[in-house]
Amino acid sequence: MALDSTLARPKPAPTKRSAIRTLMRDILRDRWLYLMLLPGIAYFIVFKYVPMYGVTMAFQDYKPHLGMLNSPWVGMKHFERFFAEPQFWMLFRNTVLLAVYNLVFFFPMPIILALMLNEVRSGGYKRFVQTLIYIPHFVSWVVVVGIFYLLLTTENGVLNEIIFRLTGEKIAFLLDPDWFRTMIISQSIWKEVGWGTIIFLAALAGVDLQLYEAARMDGAGRWRQLWHITLPAIRSTIIILLILRLGNFLDSGFEHIFLMLTPTNRDVGDVFDTYVYVKGMTQAQYSYSAAVGLFKSVVGLGLVLGSNWLAKRFGQEGVY
Amino acid sequence: MNHDRTLGNRLFDWVNGTILLLIAIACVIPFVYVLAISFTSPAQVAQGGLILYPKEWSLSAYRYIFSTDTLWRSMMVSIYITVVGTLINLVFTSLMAYPLAKTHLRGRQYILLGVLFTMLFSGGLIPTYFVVKAMHLTNTLWSLMIPAAISGFNLIVLKNFFQQIPDGLEDSAKIDGCNDLGILFRIVLPLSMPAMATFALFYAVGHWNQFFNAILYINDNTKWPIQVLLREIVILASGRIGDTDIDDADIQPLTIRMAVIVFATLPILLVYPFLQKHFSKGVLLGSVKG
Repeated sequence: MALDSTLARPKPAPTKRSAIRTLMRDILRDRWLYLMLLPGIAYFIVFKYVPMYGVTMAFQDYKPHLGMLNSPWVGMKHFERFFAEPQFWMLFRNTVLLAVYNLVFFFPMPIILALMLNEVRSGGYKRFVQTLIYIPHFVSWVVVVGIFYLLLTTENGVLNEIIFRLTGEKIAFLLDPDWFRTMIISQSIWKEVGWGTIIFLAALAGVDLQLYEAARMDGAGRWRQLWHITLPAIRSTIIILLILRLGNFLDSGFEHIFLMLTPTNRDVGDVFDTYVYVKGMTQAQYSYSAAVGLFKSVVGLGLVLGSNWLAKRFGQEGVY
Repeated sequence: MNHDRTLGNRLFDWVNGTILLLIAIACVIPFVYVLAISFTSPAQVAQGGLILYPKEWSLSAYRYIFSTDTLWRSMMVSIYITVVGTLINLVFTSLMAYPLAKTHLRGRQYILLGVLFTMLFSGGLIPTYFVVKAMHLTNTLWSLMIPAAISGFNLIVLKNFFQQIPDGLEDSAKIDGCNDLGILFRIVLPLSMPAMATFALFYAVGHWNQFFNAILYINDNTKWPIQVLLREIVILASGRIGDTDIDDADIQPLTIRMAVIVFATLPILLVYPFLQKHFSKGVLLGSVKG
């Protein structure tokens, strides 16, 4: 989402007064446009920027009856408490591990699937497969977790029945902490892999077919064409999505994890987001959980800016 | 693409096609299973096994879930927030995207930067909750619609889409005395139907599948959307709905859960085919890069 660098048309070097006059004239001319902007701007201020100001409560002992303006300031107290908490490292490890697993196992999947779809010659067959693989995207996490639950439960879950018949044992996929991360990642892949192909297929559709022809003339087989034409063609799309993904690196899919958490897998399943919810909403430790949330947001911002900077250094376009 | 019919190429196509077919089947077979179980007689379900079509049909699960008010009520809540919420989304998003598409608009870069920043950084759950609460939206259905009125991502994609519409069309309307608001509604939006259909679908899916905000903002269980009810029944596995207990031998908790999943999923899946044809046009316009 590069912002347009193209500004309004160039103006003849204006004196200060005439600059103000043209500004006023432009604003008057566009009064309807500004009017149309108002609801949206109001929305972003109220629901995005006011909460950003609201993070000041992380530095206060927030009391609802005093409000954000009058609650006493306590400096970094909540942050110090959080970093000293033995749970900090557990949350840190769980959040980062899920994020890394997501990056390693989930991120490449839509790319591979898009490349496979791109090799299909029959347009009808391609559309048929696409229609089916998009479907899981449209259902909620509750449904996904619910379906996995019903398929995998040790009480008559179909897959467990099959495993039982083959091995004589049942696997407690949903309760066993060792299976938690595998479950989360497989559910994510099942739900979103098809949908994720859309953007790569769009990028692939833009590749100049003459390049393939030229490569064939030079004797390149399918794998060489893939390596030297197709992959470079979608490289910038991959990098942009990777940067965006890194920006949400610590967002482990809150709803999803929230639904999968059980008392038995909290040790591996609790992440920053679920911790914020439990401390803030169920235990009413508002300032403390706002501090945890702020910590997460700042790290996320740092990650996206950092990865964007890296991408630019390596000669890519970057997002911003 | 390569059209050489060598053995290696044909083998490649065959393997590739088969793997894709298996992936496609893996994506839909759980739904087939759920649908089949929900229509299968309790006796056959009790025997277990993978049922992909009902040998003995039965509507008892559906009869049961509709004998209670709970499901209907949640269904109506979900339909309401999906329809009204999506309308709010489309109006708010297009009203804001249109002026931002005008490159001559003074100050537009600052507004765009302001939007972009909200995509990188947020106040987080707790401060947002307090804002929603301070606006007296908690425990109303508005709390599920207003705080999600505009998605920054969709806004920027739509802005890019509007930018591609030729200026000439709008200029002629302006000469005829139309103001910018009129141009948006009479000329630009009708030209943007594929994009609007796509965004409508994106927003509608979000509303229909909304679950966590309802838990956060709504205490009154008569205002629960279907997803919250679904979680109660399927995952927290109470196996019964709201007020009535299952004492009927003709009813299987499993078939009931499946039937509720079907009802929480079907409406949004029914919308998909109608809007699917617009995807290729709608989604990609503007695309990620802008």
